[in-house]
Amino acid sequence: MALLQVDHMTHFFSGLRAVHDFNLAIEPGEIRGLIGPNGAGKTTIFNLITGIYTPTEGKISLNGESLIGLYPHKIASRGIGRTFQDLRLWRHMTVLEHVKMARYSQLTYGLWGAFFDTALRRKEEVESEHRAMELLSLLGVDHLADQLVVNLPYGAQRRVEMARALAIEPKILFLDEPTVGMTPEELVQIMAIIRNIHQKFDLAIFMIEHRLKFVMELCEQIQCLVFGEVIADGNPDDIQNNPQVIEAYLGKDAVEA
Amino acid sequence: MSFTFLMQNLVNALQWGSFYALIALGYSMVYSILMLFNFAHGDIFMVGAYIGLGVATLLLALVGTGAGAMLPGWVVLVFTILISMFLTAFVGLIVERVGYRPLREAPRASAAITGLMIGIILETSNIILMGGQRVKFPQLIESVTYNIGGVFVTNMKIMIVLVSLGLMLALHLFVTRSKWGMAMRAMAFDYVVVPLVGVPLNTIAAMTFAIGSALAAAAGILFGLAYPVLDPFMGVSLGWKAFVAAILGGRGSIMGACLAGFMLGFIEIMTVPAIQIVNRLFNLNLGSNLRDLIAYSIVLLILIFRPHGLFGEPYSAKLRL
Repeated sequence: MALLQVDHMTHFFSGLRAVHDFNLAIEPGEIRGLIGPNGAGKTTIFNLITGIYTPTEGKISLNGESLIGLYPHKIASRGIGRTFQDLRLWRHMTVLEHVKMARYSQLTYGLWGAFFDTALRRKEEVESEHRAMELLSLLGVDHLADQLVVNLPYGAQRRVEMARALAIEPKILFLDEPTVGMTPEELVQIMAIIRNIHQKFDLAIFMIEHRLKFVMELCEQIQCLVFGEVIADGNPDDIQNNPQVIEAYLGKDAVEA
Repeated sequence: MSFTFLMQNLVNALQWGSFYALIALGYSMVYSILMLFNFAHGDIFMVGAYIGLGVATLLLALVGTGAGAMLPGWVVLVFTILISMFLTAFVGLIVERVGYRPLREAPRASAAITGLMIGIILETSNIILMGGQRVKFPQLIESVTYNIGGVFVTNMKIMIVLVSLGLMLALHLFVTRSKWGMAMRAMAFDYVVVPLVGVPLNTIAAMTFAIGSALAAAAGILFGLAYPVLDPFMGVSLGWKAFVAAILGGRGSIMGACLAGFMLGFIEIMTVPAIQIVNRLFNLNLGSNLRDLIAYSIVLLILIFRPHGLFGEPYSAKLRL
Protein backbone atom coordinates (compact mmCIF):
# COMPACT_ATOMS: atom_id res chain seq x y z
CA MET A 1 0.00 0.00 0.00
CA ALA A 2 1.21 3.45 -0.83
CA LEU A 3 2.27 5.87 1.91
CA LEU A 4 0.20 8.71 0.51
CA GLN A 5 -2.73 7.84 -1.69
CA VAL A 6 -5.01 10.32 -3.43
CA ASP A 7 -7.95 9.05 -5.48
CA HIS A 8 -10.12 11.05 -7.85
CA MET A 9 -9.63 14.32 -6.02
CA THR A 10 -11.62 17.19 -7.49
CA HIS A 11 -12.01 20.66 -6.07
CA PHE A 12 -14.15 23.64 -6.94
CA PHE A 13 -13.68 27.20 -5.75
CA SER A 14 -17.24 28.58 -5.84
CA GLY A 15 -18.03 27.01 -9.19
CA LEU A 16 -14.53 27.29 -10.63
CA ARG A 17 -12.89 23.93 -11.09
CA ALA A 18 -9.38 24.20 -9.68
CA VAL A 19 -8.40 20.52 -9.60
CA HIS A 20 -9.95 17.74 -11.64
CA ASP A 21 -9.69 14.02 -10.96
CA PHE A 22 -6.24 14.09 -9.42
CA ASN A 23 -4.69 10.74 -8.52
CA LEU A 24 -1.47 10.07 -6.69
CA ALA A 25 0.29 7.22 -4.95
CA ILE A 26 3.60 7.92 -3.26
CA GLU A 27 5.57 5.03 -1.83
CA PRO A 28 7.73 5.39 1.31
CA GLY A 29 11.07 6.95 0.43
CA GLU A 30 10.01 8.06 -3.04
CA ILE A 31 10.75 11.50 -4.48
CA ARG A 32 7.89 12.70 -6.62
CA GLY A 33 7.65 15.85 -8.72
CA LEU A 34 4.70 18.00 -9.69
CA ILE A 35 5.25 20.47 -12.50
CA GLY A 36 3.01 22.75 -14.51
CA PRO A 37 2.57 26.36 -15.55
CA ASN A 38 1.55 29.10 -13.11
CA GLY A 39 -2.03 28.83 -11.92
CA ALA A 40 -2.31 25.15 -12.86
CA GLY A 41 -3.43 24.28 -9.33
CA LYS A 42 -0.24 22.78 -7.92
CA THR A 43 -0.27 24.66 -4.64
CA THR A 44 -4.01 24.01 -4.38
CA ILE A 45 -3.21 20.30 -4.41
CA PHE A 46 -0.79 20.85 -1.51
CA ASN A 47 -3.44 22.85 0.32
CA LEU A 48 -6.02 20.12 -0.25
CA ILE A 49 -3.82 17.32 1.03
CA THR A 50 -2.56 19.28 4.04
CA GLY A 51 -6.12 20.14 5.05
CA ILE A 52 -6.21 23.88 4.42
CA TYR A 53 -9.09 23.15 2.02
CA THR A 54 -11.32 20.09 2.02
CA PRO A 55 -11.67 18.61 -1.47
CA THR A 56 -15.12 18.74 -3.05
CA GLU A 57 -14.72 15.10 -4.08
CA GLY A 58 -12.20 12.32 -3.72
CA LYS A 59 -10.21 10.41 -1.14
CA ILE A 60 -6.90 11.13 0.53
CA SER A 61 -5.20 8.68 2.85
CA LEU A 62 -1.89 8.45 4.63
CA ASN A 63 -0.80 4.94 5.58
CA GLY A 64 -4.30 3.76 4.75
CA GLU A 65 -6.01 6.24 7.11
CA SER A 66 -8.27 8.85 5.58
CA LEU A 67 -7.25 12.49 5.99
CA ILE A 68 -10.50 13.97 4.73
CA GLY A 69 -12.07 16.38 7.18
CA LEU A 70 -9.18 16.31 9.64
CA TYR A 71 -7.86 19.60 11.02
CA PRO A 72 -4.59 20.71 9.41
CA HIS A 73 -2.70 20.26 12.68
CA LYS A 74 -3.88 16.65 12.89
CA ILE A 75 -2.74 15.98 9.34
CA ALA A 76 0.61 17.57 10.08
CA SER A 77 1.10 15.47 13.21
CA ARG A 78 0.28 12.33 11.26
CA GLY A 79 3.36 12.95 9.20
CA ILE A 80 3.07 15.56 6.47
CA GLY A 81 5.59 18.40 6.67
CA ARG A 82 5.47 21.33 4.33
CA THR A 83 7.33 24.37 3.06
CA PHE A 84 5.91 27.30 1.13
CA GLN A 85 6.59 28.95 -2.17
CA ASP A 86 6.50 32.41 -0.58
CA LEU A 87 8.49 31.78 2.60
CA ARG A 88 6.17 31.82 5.57
CA LEU A 89 8.32 32.40 8.59
CA TRP A 90 7.51 34.19 11.84
CA ARG A 91 9.57 37.27 11.20
CA HIS A 92 10.50 38.26 14.71
CA MET A 93 11.12 34.84 16.15
CA THR A 94 14.52 33.19 16.26
CA VAL A 95 15.66 30.34 14.06
CA LEU A 96 15.72 27.98 17.03
CA GLU A 97 12.20 29.01 18.05
CA HIS A 98 10.91 28.14 14.60
CA VAL A 99 12.15 24.60 14.90
CA LYS A 100 11.07 24.24 18.52
CA MET A 101 7.58 25.46 17.66
CA ALA A 102 7.23 22.59 15.24
CA ARG A 103 7.90 20.19 18.10
CA TYR A 104 4.76 21.46 19.86
CA SER A 105 2.99 18.12 19.85
CA GLN A 106 6.02 16.37 21.36
CA LEU A 107 6.03 18.67 24.38
CA THR A 108 3.75 17.25 27.03
CA TYR A 109 4.40 19.46 30.05
CA GLY A 110 1.29 21.02 31.54
CA LEU A 111 0.31 24.45 32.78
CA TRP A 112 2.62 24.22 35.78
CA GLY A 113 5.56 23.69 33.47
CA ALA A 114 4.63 26.85 31.57
CA PHE A 115 5.61 28.98 34.55
CA PHE A 116 8.06 26.90 36.55
CA ASP A 117 11.13 24.82 35.86
CA THR A 118 9.63 21.42 36.53
CA ALA A 119 11.72 18.33 35.94
CA LEU A 120 9.53 17.26 33.03
CA ARG A 121 9.71 20.66 31.43
CA ARG A 122 13.49 20.81 31.73
CA LYS A 123 13.91 17.32 30.32
CA GLU A 124 11.61 18.00 27.38
CA GLU A 125 13.06 21.41 26.65
CA VAL A 126 16.61 20.07 26.66
CA GLU A 127 15.66 17.22 24.38
CA SER A 128 13.68 19.52 22.10
CA GLU A 129 16.55 21.93 21.82
CA HIS A 130 18.99 19.15 21.16
CA ARG A 131 16.84 17.75 18.33
CA ALA A 132 16.29 21.22 16.92
CA MET A 133 20.02 21.95 16.85
CA GLU A 134 20.64 18.61 15.12
CA LEU A 135 18.23 19.56 12.35
CA LEU A 136 19.68 23.04 12.05
CA SER A 137 23.18 21.69 11.69
CA LEU A 138 21.97 19.18 9.12
CA LEU A 139 20.70 22.12 7.09
CA GLY A 140 23.81 24.15 7.79
CA VAL A 141 22.14 26.95 9.72
CA ASP A 142 22.97 25.95 13.30
CA HIS A 143 25.30 28.92 13.69
CA LEU A 144 22.26 31.19 13.13
CA ALA A 145 20.12 29.57 15.86
CA ASP A 146 19.75 32.73 17.95
CA GLN A 147 19.15 35.11 15.05
CA LEU A 148 15.75 36.54 14.21
CA VAL A 149 14.71 35.11 10.85
CA VAL A 150 13.90 38.56 9.52
CA ASN A 151 17.63 39.34 9.54
CA LEU A 152 18.71 36.27 7.55
CA PRO A 153 19.54 36.12 3.87
CA TYR A 154 16.99 34.47 1.63
CA GLY A 155 18.79 31.18 1.18
CA ALA A 156 19.16 30.71 4.93
CA GLN A 157 15.46 31.46 5.43
CA ARG A 158 14.63 28.66 3.00
CA ARG A 159 16.72 26.27 5.04
CA VAL A 160 15.06 27.35 8.27
CA GLU A 161 11.68 26.67 6.72
CA MET A 162 12.85 23.22 5.71
CA ALA A 163 14.21 22.52 9.20
CA ARG A 164 10.87 23.57 10.65
CA ALA A 165 9.03 21.19 8.34
CA LEU A 166 11.37 18.36 9.32
CA ALA A 167 10.94 19.06 13.03
CA ILE A 168 7.44 17.58 13.05
CA GLU A 169 9.15 14.30 12.10
CA PRO A 170 7.22 13.82 8.88
CA LYS A 171 6.95 10.67 6.84
CA ILE A 172 6.51 12.76 3.75
CA LEU A 173 7.78 16.25 3.05
CA PHE A 174 5.98 18.65 0.70
CA LEU A 175 8.30 21.20 -0.89
CA ASP A 176 6.61 24.05 -2.74
CA GLU A 177 9.14 25.41 -5.24
CA PRO A 178 12.20 25.02 -3.02
CA THR A 179 14.50 26.72 -5.52
CA VAL A 180 12.62 29.98 -6.10
CA GLY A 181 15.00 32.92 -6.13
CA MET A 182 18.13 30.84 -5.67
CA THR A 183 21.49 31.41 -7.27
CA PRO A 184 23.07 28.53 -9.26
CA GLU A 185 25.41 27.99 -6.34
CA GLU A 186 22.55 27.71 -3.86
CA LEU A 187 20.79 25.33 -6.25
CA VAL A 188 23.62 22.84 -5.97
CA GLN A 189 23.58 23.15 -2.19
CA ILE A 190 19.81 22.73 -1.86
CA MET A 191 19.88 19.67 -4.10
CA ALA A 192 22.53 18.11 -1.87
CA ILE A 193 20.46 18.96 1.20
CA ILE A 194 17.32 17.39 -0.24
CA ARG A 195 19.25 14.24 -1.15
CA ASN A 196 20.78 14.18 2.31
CA ILE A 197 17.53 14.49 4.29
CA HIS A 198 15.86 12.04 1.94
CA GLN A 199 18.44 9.42 2.78
CA LYS A 200 18.92 10.22 6.43
CA PHE A 201 15.24 10.10 7.38
CA ASP A 202 14.16 7.66 4.68
CA LEU A 203 11.73 10.42 3.78
CA ALA A 204 9.24 10.51 0.94
CA ILE A 205 9.26 13.89 -0.83
CA PHE A 206 6.58 15.49 -2.96
CA MET A 207 7.79 18.65 -4.65
CA ILE A 208 6.40 21.36 -6.81
CA GLU A 209 9.16 22.83 -8.92
CA HIS A 210 9.50 25.10 -11.90
CA ARG A 211 13.09 24.34 -12.81
CA LEU A 212 12.68 21.27 -14.98
CA LYS A 213 16.32 20.33 -14.81
CA PHE A 214 16.17 20.29 -11.02
CA VAL A 215 13.05 18.07 -10.90
CA MET A 216 14.31 15.76 -13.59
CA GLU A 217 17.48 15.14 -11.67
CA LEU A 218 15.83 14.48 -8.31
CA CYS A 219 12.56 12.74 -9.06
CA GLU A 220 11.83 9.22 -10.13
CA GLN A 221 8.37 10.11 -11.25
CA ILE A 222 6.80 13.38 -12.32
CA GLN A 223 3.28 14.60 -12.98
CA CYS A 224 2.49 17.59 -15.14
CA LEU A 225 -0.59 19.62 -14.21
CA VAL A 226 -2.32 22.04 -16.59
CA PHE A 227 -5.56 23.81 -15.68
CA GLY A 228 -6.09 21.46 -12.75
CA GLU A 229 -5.72 18.30 -14.81
CA VAL A 230 -2.81 15.90 -15.03
CA ILE A 231 -1.78 15.81 -18.68
CA ALA A 232 1.29 13.62 -18.24
CA ASP A 233 2.58 11.20 -15.62
CA GLY A 234 5.80 9.30 -15.94
CA ASN A 235 9.54 9.19 -15.43
CA PRO A 236 11.68 12.22 -16.34
CA ASP A 237 12.35 10.91 -19.86
CA ASP A 238 8.67 10.42 -20.64
CA ILE A 239 7.83 13.86 -19.33
CA GLN A 240 10.65 15.55 -21.22
CA ASN A 241 9.52 14.11 -24.52
CA ASN A 242 5.79 14.39 -24.00
CA PRO A 243 4.43 16.77 -26.67
CA GLN A 244 1.65 18.01 -24.39
CA VAL A 245 4.15 18.97 -21.71
CA ILE A 246 6.33 20.75 -24.22
CA GLU A 247 3.29 22.59 -25.50
CA ALA A 248 2.23 23.61 -22.01
CA TYR A 249 5.66 24.94 -21.21
CA LEU A 250 6.87 26.36 -24.50
CA GLY A 251 3.72 26.95 -26.54
CA LYS A 252 2.25 25.17 -29.55
CA ASP A 253 4.89 26.37 -31.98
CA ALA A 254 7.60 24.48 -30.17
CA VAL A 255 5.88 21.18 -30.79
CA GLU A 256 5.37 21.76 -34.47
CA ALA A 257 8.85 23.07 -35.09
CA MET B 1 1.75 72.46 43.85
CA SER B 2 4.18 70.48 45.84
CA PHE B 3 6.19 67.38 45.27
CA THR B 4 3.93 65.39 47.60
CA PHE B 5 0.90 66.50 45.59
CA LEU B 6 2.52 65.17 42.41
CA MET B 7 3.42 61.93 44.14
CA GLN B 8 -0.14 61.63 45.39
CA ASN B 9 -1.39 61.87 41.82
CA LEU B 10 1.24 59.48 40.61
CA VAL B 11 -0.07 56.84 43.00
CA ASN B 12 -3.58 57.38 41.66
CA ALA B 13 -2.26 57.22 38.10
CA LEU B 14 -0.63 53.87 38.82
CA GLN B 15 -3.92 52.52 40.12
CA TRP B 16 -5.90 53.66 37.09
CA GLY B 17 -3.13 52.54 34.81
CA SER B 18 -3.42 49.05 36.32
CA PHE B 19 -7.09 48.82 35.31
CA TYR B 20 -6.40 50.07 31.81
CA ALA B 21 -3.37 47.85 31.33
CA LEU B 22 -5.08 44.66 32.50
CA ILE B 23 -8.05 45.24 30.21
CA ALA B 24 -5.91 46.44 27.29
CA LEU B 25 -3.98 43.15 27.39
CA GLY B 26 -7.12 41.23 26.42
CA TYR B 27 -7.77 43.45 23.40
CA SER B 28 -4.16 43.27 22.38
CA MET B 29 -3.67 39.52 22.68
CA VAL B 30 -6.78 38.67 20.72
CA TYR B 31 -5.89 41.21 18.08
CA SER B 32 -2.38 39.90 17.70
CA ILE B 33 -3.41 36.34 16.94
CA LEU B 34 -6.74 36.77 15.12
CA MET B 35 -6.44 40.29 13.67
CA LEU B 36 -9.74 41.32 15.17
CA PHE B 37 -10.78 43.48 18.06
CA ASN B 38 -13.01 41.82 20.58
CA PHE B 39 -15.36 44.72 21.25
CA ALA B 40 -17.18 42.65 23.86
CA HIS B 41 -14.07 42.79 26.03
CA GLY B 42 -15.18 45.81 28.09
CA ASP B 43 -18.36 43.94 28.95
CA ILE B 44 -16.39 40.83 29.84
CA PHE B 45 -14.62 43.08 32.34
CA MET B 46 -18.07 43.98 33.71
CA VAL B 47 -19.12 40.32 33.85
CA GLY B 48 -15.84 39.52 35.62
CA ALA B 49 -16.58 42.17 38.26
CA TYR B 50 -20.04 40.71 38.87
CA ILE B 51 -18.68 37.17 39.00
CA GLY B 52 -16.18 38.50 41.53
CA LEU B 53 -19.03 40.00 43.50
CA GLY B 54 -20.85 36.65 43.49
CA VAL B 55 -17.77 34.66 44.48
CA ALA B 56 -16.83 37.12 47.22
CA THR B 57 -20.36 37.13 48.64
CA LEU B 58 -20.44 33.34 48.62
CA LEU B 59 -17.02 33.03 50.26
CA LEU B 60 -17.92 35.60 52.91
CA ALA B 61 -21.09 33.67 53.67
CA LEU B 62 -19.02 30.51 54.07
CA VAL B 63 -16.22 31.84 56.24
CA GLY B 64 -18.13 34.57 58.04
CA THR B 65 -17.19 38.21 58.48
CA GLY B 66 -15.82 40.46 61.19
CA ALA B 67 -14.18 39.12 64.31
CA GLY B 68 -15.68 35.65 63.96
CA ALA B 69 -14.33 35.06 60.43
CA MET B 70 -12.64 31.72 59.81
CA LEU B 71 -10.17 33.20 57.33
CA PRO B 72 -8.57 36.65 57.12
CA GLY B 73 -9.89 39.01 54.46
CA TRP B 74 -6.85 38.84 52.22
CA VAL B 75 -7.20 35.06 51.89
CA VAL B 76 -10.80 35.53 50.81
CA LEU B 77 -9.60 38.16 48.36
CA VAL B 78 -6.96 35.88 46.84
CA PHE B 79 -9.50 33.09 46.40
CA THR B 80 -12.07 35.53 45.02
CA ILE B 81 -9.61 36.71 42.39
CA LEU B 82 -8.45 33.21 41.42
CA ILE B 83 -11.91 31.63 41.27
CA SER B 84 -13.38 34.59 39.39
CA MET B 85 -10.54 34.59 36.88
CA PHE B 86 -11.13 30.91 36.30
CA LEU B 87 -14.90 31.35 35.86
CA THR B 88 -14.61 34.41 33.64
CA ALA B 89 -12.14 32.52 31.44
CA PHE B 90 -15.10 30.30 30.56
CA VAL B 91 -17.09 33.37 29.55
CA GLY B 92 -14.23 34.19 27.18
CA LEU B 93 -14.23 30.62 25.86
CA ILE B 94 -17.97 30.80 25.15
CA VAL B 95 -17.66 34.19 23.45
CA GLU B 96 -14.90 32.82 21.21
CA ARG B 97 -16.73 29.60 20.43
CA VAL B 98 -20.15 31.12 19.78
CA GLY B 99 -19.31 34.57 18.52
CA TYR B 100 -15.96 34.46 16.78
CA ARG B 101 -15.01 30.98 15.61
CA PRO B 102 -17.96 30.63 13.21
CA LEU B 103 -17.04 34.03 11.73
CA ARG B 104 -13.31 33.53 11.39
CA GLU B 105 -13.46 33.43 7.60
CA ALA B 106 -16.18 36.11 7.46
CA PRO B 107 -15.47 39.71 6.47
CA ARG B 108 -13.67 41.60 9.22
CA ALA B 109 -16.57 44.02 9.68
CA SER B 110 -18.89 41.14 10.58
CA ALA B 111 -16.46 39.89 13.21
CA ALA B 112 -16.22 43.44 14.56
CA ILE B 113 -19.96 43.88 15.07
CA THR B 114 -20.12 40.42 16.68
CA GLY B 115 -18.29 41.92 19.63
CA LEU B 116 -20.65 44.86 19.83
CA MET B 117 -23.66 42.54 19.80
CA ILE B 118 -22.22 40.20 22.41
CA GLY B 119 -21.51 43.27 24.52
CA ILE B 120 -25.16 44.36 24.32
CA ILE B 121 -26.27 40.80 25.11
CA LEU B 122 -24.04 40.69 28.19
CA GLU B 123 -25.25 44.10 29.42
CA THR B 124 -28.90 43.21 28.92
CA SER B 125 -28.52 39.78 30.51
CA ASN B 126 -27.01 41.48 33.51
CA ILE B 127 -29.97 43.87 33.76
CA ILE B 128 -32.38 40.95 33.55
CA LEU B 129 -30.49 38.86 36.12
CA MET B 130 -29.57 41.59 38.58
CA GLY B 131 -32.52 43.91 38.05
CA GLY B 132 -30.47 46.77 36.67
CA GLN B 133 -29.63 48.04 40.15
CA ARG B 134 -26.24 49.33 41.11
CA VAL B 135 -24.75 46.89 43.56
CA LYS B 136 -22.12 47.31 46.20
CA PHE B 137 -18.91 45.32 46.09
CA PRO B 138 -18.05 43.91 49.54
CA GLN B 139 -15.04 45.36 51.27
CA LEU B 140 -12.82 42.35 51.70
CA ILE B 141 -9.88 43.90 53.45
CA GLU B 142 -9.78 46.59 56.12
CA SER B 143 -8.61 49.82 54.57
CA VAL B 144 -5.37 51.16 56.02
CA THR B 145 -3.87 54.46 54.99
CA TYR B 146 -0.12 54.97 55.17
CA ASN B 147 1.44 58.38 55.33
CA ILE B 148 4.70 58.16 53.44
CA GLY B 149 6.38 61.57 53.66
CA GLY B 150 3.10 63.39 53.28
CA VAL B 151 1.83 61.12 50.51
CA PHE B 152 -1.25 59.16 51.52
CA VAL B 153 -1.30 55.65 50.17
CA THR B 154 -3.94 53.09 51.01
CA ASN B 155 -3.11 49.41 51.31
CA MET B 156 -5.77 48.90 48.63
CA LYS B 157 -3.86 50.95 46.07
CA ILE B 158 -0.62 49.15 46.81
CA MET B 159 -2.39 45.81 46.52
CA ILE B 160 -4.06 46.77 43.22
CA VAL B 161 -0.78 47.82 41.63
CA LEU B 162 1.12 44.80 42.94
CA VAL B 163 -1.52 42.28 41.86
CA SER B 164 -1.64 43.87 38.40
CA LEU B 165 2.12 43.81 38.02
CA GLY B 166 2.17 40.20 39.23
CA LEU B 167 -0.39 39.17 36.65
CA MET B 168 1.52 40.97 33.91
CA LEU B 169 4.70 39.18 34.94
CA ALA B 170 2.88 35.84 34.91
CA LEU B 171 1.55 36.58 31.44
CA HIS B 172 5.01 37.54 30.28
CA LEU B 173 6.42 34.25 31.58
CA PHE B 174 3.63 32.31 29.93
CA VAL B 175 4.05 33.98 26.55
CA THR B 176 7.83 33.79 26.43
CA ARG B 177 8.43 30.42 28.04
CA SER B 178 5.57 28.06 27.28
CA LYS B 179 4.82 26.24 24.05
CA TRP B 180 1.35 27.85 23.99
CA GLY B 181 2.85 31.29 24.40
CA MET B 182 5.26 30.55 21.60
CA ALA B 183 2.33 29.49 19.44
CA MET B 184 0.59 32.77 20.24
CA ARG B 185 3.62 34.72 19.14
CA ALA B 186 3.90 32.65 15.98
CA MET B 187 0.23 33.24 15.19
CA ALA B 188 0.80 36.96 15.53
CA PHE B 189 3.26 36.84 12.64
CA ASP B 190 1.62 34.29 10.36
CA TYR B 191 -1.21 32.14 11.57
CA VAL B 192 -1.68 30.14 8.38
CA VAL B 193 1.46 28.08 8.92
CA VAL B 194 0.87 27.45 12.61
CA PRO B 195 -1.44 24.42 12.21
CA LEU B 196 0.84 23.03 9.52
CA VAL B 197 3.52 22.41 12.11
CA GLY B 198 1.05 20.48 14.25
CA VAL B 199 -0.27 23.27 16.49
CA PRO B 200 -4.06 23.28 17.05
CA LEU B 201 -5.17 26.75 15.99
CA ASN B 202 -8.54 26.64 17.76
CA THR B 203 -6.97 25.65 21.06
CA ILE B 204 -4.57 28.57 20.94
CA ALA B 205 -7.32 31.00 19.92
CA ALA B 206 -9.60 29.79 22.70
CA MET B 207 -6.76 29.98 25.20
CA THR B 208 -6.07 33.58 24.21
CA PHE B 209 -9.69 34.58 24.80
CA ALA B 210 -9.65 32.74 28.12
CA ILE B 211 -6.49 34.47 29.34
CA GLY B 212 -7.70 37.90 28.21
CA SER B 213 -11.01 37.38 29.98
CA ALA B 214 -9.36 36.14 33.16
CA LEU B 215 -7.21 39.28 33.25
CA ALA B 216 -10.31 41.41 32.69
CA ALA B 217 -11.97 39.65 35.63
CA ALA B 218 -9.01 40.47 37.85
CA ALA B 219 -9.29 44.09 36.71
CA GLY B 220 -13.02 43.98 37.47
CA ILE B 221 -12.47 42.81 41.04
CA LEU B 222 -9.68 45.29 41.68
CA PHE B 223 -11.91 48.02 40.30
CA GLY B 224 -14.76 46.82 42.51
CA LEU B 225 -12.50 47.07 45.56
CA ALA B 226 -11.37 50.59 44.71
CA TYR B 227 -14.76 51.95 43.56
CA PRO B 228 -17.18 49.59 45.25
CA VAL B 229 -20.26 50.20 43.09
CA LEU B 230 -20.93 47.97 40.07
CA ASP B 231 -23.39 48.70 37.30
CA PRO B 232 -24.16 46.91 34.04
CA PHE B 233 -22.55 49.61 31.91
CA MET B 234 -19.33 49.99 33.89
CA GLY B 235 -17.45 48.19 31.12
CA VAL B 236 -18.39 50.59 28.37
CA SER B 237 -16.38 53.70 29.15
CA LEU B 238 -13.52 51.84 30.83
CA GLY B 239 -13.50 49.28 28.01
CA TRP B 240 -13.18 51.95 25.35
CA LYS B 241 -10.41 53.69 27.20
CA ALA B 242 -8.53 50.41 27.60
CA PHE B 243 -9.06 49.83 23.89
CA VAL B 244 -7.40 53.19 23.28
CA ALA B 245 -4.50 51.96 25.42
CA ALA B 246 -4.26 48.74 23.39
CA ILE B 247 -3.97 50.71 20.15
CA LEU B 248 -1.69 53.30 21.67
CA GLY B 249 0.63 50.53 22.82
CA GLY B 250 0.93 49.21 19.29
CA ARG B 251 -1.59 46.71 18.08
CA GLY B 252 -0.78 43.27 19.32
CA SER B 253 2.07 44.26 21.58
CA ILE B 254 1.78 42.94 25.13
CA MET B 255 4.46 45.18 26.54
CA GLY B 256 2.94 48.08 24.62
CA ALA B 257 -0.51 47.46 26.06
CA CYS B 258 0.86 47.46 29.61
CA LEU B 259 2.93 50.60 29.19
CA ALA B 260 0.21 52.43 27.29
CA GLY B 261 -2.30 51.47 29.99
CA PHE B 262 -0.15 53.08 32.65
CA MET B 263 0.60 56.01 30.36
CA LEU B 264 -3.10 56.60 29.79
CA GLY B 265 -3.74 56.52 33.53
CA PHE B 266 -0.89 58.95 34.00
CA ILE B 267 -2.10 61.38 31.32
CA GLU B 268 -5.66 61.30 32.63
CA ILE B 269 -4.77 61.82 36.27
CA MET B 270 -2.03 64.35 35.65
CA THR B 271 -4.27 66.47 33.49
CA VAL B 272 -6.13 67.67 36.60
CA PRO B 273 -3.11 69.17 38.42
CA ALA B 274 -1.99 70.52 35.05
CA ILE B 275 -5.32 72.35 34.70
CA GLN B 276 -4.85 73.77 38.20
CA ILE B 277 -1.38 75.01 37.34
CA VAL B 278 -2.66 76.67 34.19
CA ASN B 279 -5.49 78.25 36.15
CA ARG B 280 -3.09 79.69 38.68
CA LEU B 281 -0.55 80.90 36.12
CA PHE B 282 -3.02 82.61 33.81
CA ASN B 283 -5.64 83.39 36.41
CA LEU B 284 -8.23 81.26 34.61
CA ASN B 285 -11.06 79.17 35.94
CA LEU B 286 -10.96 75.96 33.88
CA GLY B 287 -12.85 73.09 35.47
CA SER B 288 -11.46 69.62 35.99
CA ASN B 289 -14.37 68.31 33.91
CA LEU B 290 -12.15 69.18 30.96
CA ARG B 291 -9.93 66.28 32.02
CA ASP B 292 -10.85 63.68 29.41
CA LEU B 293 -11.11 66.24 26.64
CA ILE B 294 -7.55 67.35 27.24
CA ALA B 295 -6.20 63.89 28.06
CA TYR B 296 -7.52 62.28 24.90
CA SER B 297 -6.44 65.20 22.75
CA ILE B 298 -2.95 64.44 23.99
CA VAL B 299 -3.41 60.77 23.07
CA LEU B 300 -4.60 61.82 19.63
CA LEU B 301 -1.49 63.95 19.21
CA ILE B 302 0.74 61.02 20.20
CA LEU B 303 -0.99 58.82 17.64
CA ILE B 304 -0.50 61.41 14.91
CA PHE B 305 3.24 61.27 15.52
CA ARG B 306 3.37 57.53 16.15
CA PRO B 307 0.55 56.12 14.03
CA HIS B 308 1.56 52.55 14.77
CA GLY B 309 1.54 53.12 18.51
CA LEU B 310 4.42 52.91 20.93
CA PHE B 311 5.54 49.39 20.05
CA GLY B 312 3.62 48.71 16.86
CA GLU B 313 5.38 47.47 13.78
CA PRO B 314 4.49 49.34 10.60
CA TYR B 315 4.21 46.18 8.51
CA SER B 316 2.11 44.14 10.91
CA ALA B 317 -1.08 44.61 8.92
CA LYS B 318 0.47 43.13 5.79
CA LEU B 319 1.45 39.85 7.34
CA ARG B 320 -1.94 38.30 6.88
CA LEU B 321 -3.32 36.35 3.95
